[in-house]
Amino acid sequence: MIPAQLSYVRARSVEETLDLLAEHGDDAKVLAGGHSLLPLMKFRFAAPEVLVDIGPLGELSYVEESGDEIAIGALTRYRDLHTNEILRAHAPLLAEVAGAIGDPQVRNRGTIGGSLAHADPAADLPAATLASDAVFVVRSLEGERAIPAEEFFLGPFTTPIEPDELVVEIRVPKQTGLGWAFEKFSRRAIDWAIVGVTAVGSSIALINMGGSPVRARVAEEALASGASPAEAGALAAEDTSPANEPHASTEYRKHLARVLTTRALTKIAGEQPVGLR
Amino acid sequence: MRVGIEVNGKQTDEEIEDRTLLVHYLRDVLGLTATNVGCDTTSCGACTVLLDGEAVKSCTVLAAQADGHAVTTLEGLADPDGSELHPMQRAFREQHGLQCGFCTPGMIMASVSLLRDNPKPSRDEVRHGLEGNLCRCTGYHNIVNAVMDASGQEVQA
Repeated sequence: MIPAQLSYVRARSVEETLDLLAEHGDDAKVLAGGHSLLPLMKFRFAAPEVLVDIGPLGELSYVEESGDEIAIGALTRYRDLHTNEILRAHAPLLAEVAGAIGDPQVRNRGTIGGSLAHADPAADLPAATLASDAVFVVRSLEGERAIPAEEFFLGPFTTPIEPDELVVEIRVPKQTGLGWAFEKFSRRAIDWAIVGVTAVGSSIALINMGGSPVRARVAEEALASGASPAEAGALAAEDTSPANEPHASTEYRKHLARVLTTRALTKIAGEQPVGLR
Repeated sequence: MRVGIEVNGKQTDEEIEDRTLLVHYLRDVLGLTATNVGCDTTSCGACTVLLDGEAVKSCTVLAAQADGHAVTTLEGLADPDGSELHPMQRAFREQHGLQCGFCTPGMIMASVSLLRDNPKPSRDEVRHGLEGNLCRCTGYHNIVNAVMDASGQEVQA
């Protein structure tokens, strides 16, 4: 399988990328690690006329402390997120999740900004950033805007990013010392989650329980009112409408969400005194 | 477009279609056919090569993305005159880490990359480190043995 004919352009800076996006609009797609986009192009589900390769832009690959937040460059690879000491200290959920995506080859190429912009409801990082109350910084020639994760994932593969905008940074409030947990259930090691749970502190976000990652609000509220991990976990599938597919029915997914959330919350409760939750 | 890619230590310089995948550049343009296309969907790992020393699935990388970089394929592991196998190749042969052999080039490249990150992996770490490579003969036991052998560790009967 090969992609449709395309015109490849390698951007030399963020500014040049924004110029190219402004020039080509809907006809262009940004290529980062390419591990979501290139498979789509090989299946001809996507056929951009112009491919703007930002892969070499080292200026977008970093993890830095910034006051009460961690700033992550959009081009930081899963491999680098997984091993980054700053992230492991202050946002360990993201480091852990990044290390469980796909396989080593995928983690050598895939980037956080690419995963978020792609907005696959079965992907792990969108839910992890949602649980982390992250904010995404997108830039165009007009300037910058910051979009909270809560307002970013509009539906399957759908975000508010305009064709002339580029995700440049992910900002995550420090989670230093907070309990966290990541539970993913998949058929094979390298598969996307049938259902997954990311949790940090008292926030819970679910993977593949609808068209976009979703916070388990009912379970969160129960936790805040003093419910046990099992009691709160039993409410994890409330207000969700996961897909009904041959290998995983809606009811099976809801069951998984309840079981995995209970496991995640139990782990968090065991890591710190009850009451700090 | 024109790409310049160092492949197995030699500079290559070719005119290609912009959409050319790295695996097709290696196989069809350069004639390096050790790198196999298996699933063609980033799953099986048969097309694994090293890009700047790191394992990647070359069915999911454009040749253009490797422009200016260094690629190593299975052909680049042994001595140029073929007299001495790479330690990983030797271990795969001695431990019989292959059955039909189709996954072997990718398995070996992924294993080389694995040991670069983790020179003395446990058996469990080898299995996780190779989770991006599928052997449809299911010959995993001896593949794990080969990686243990190549890293100077004990193998299991």
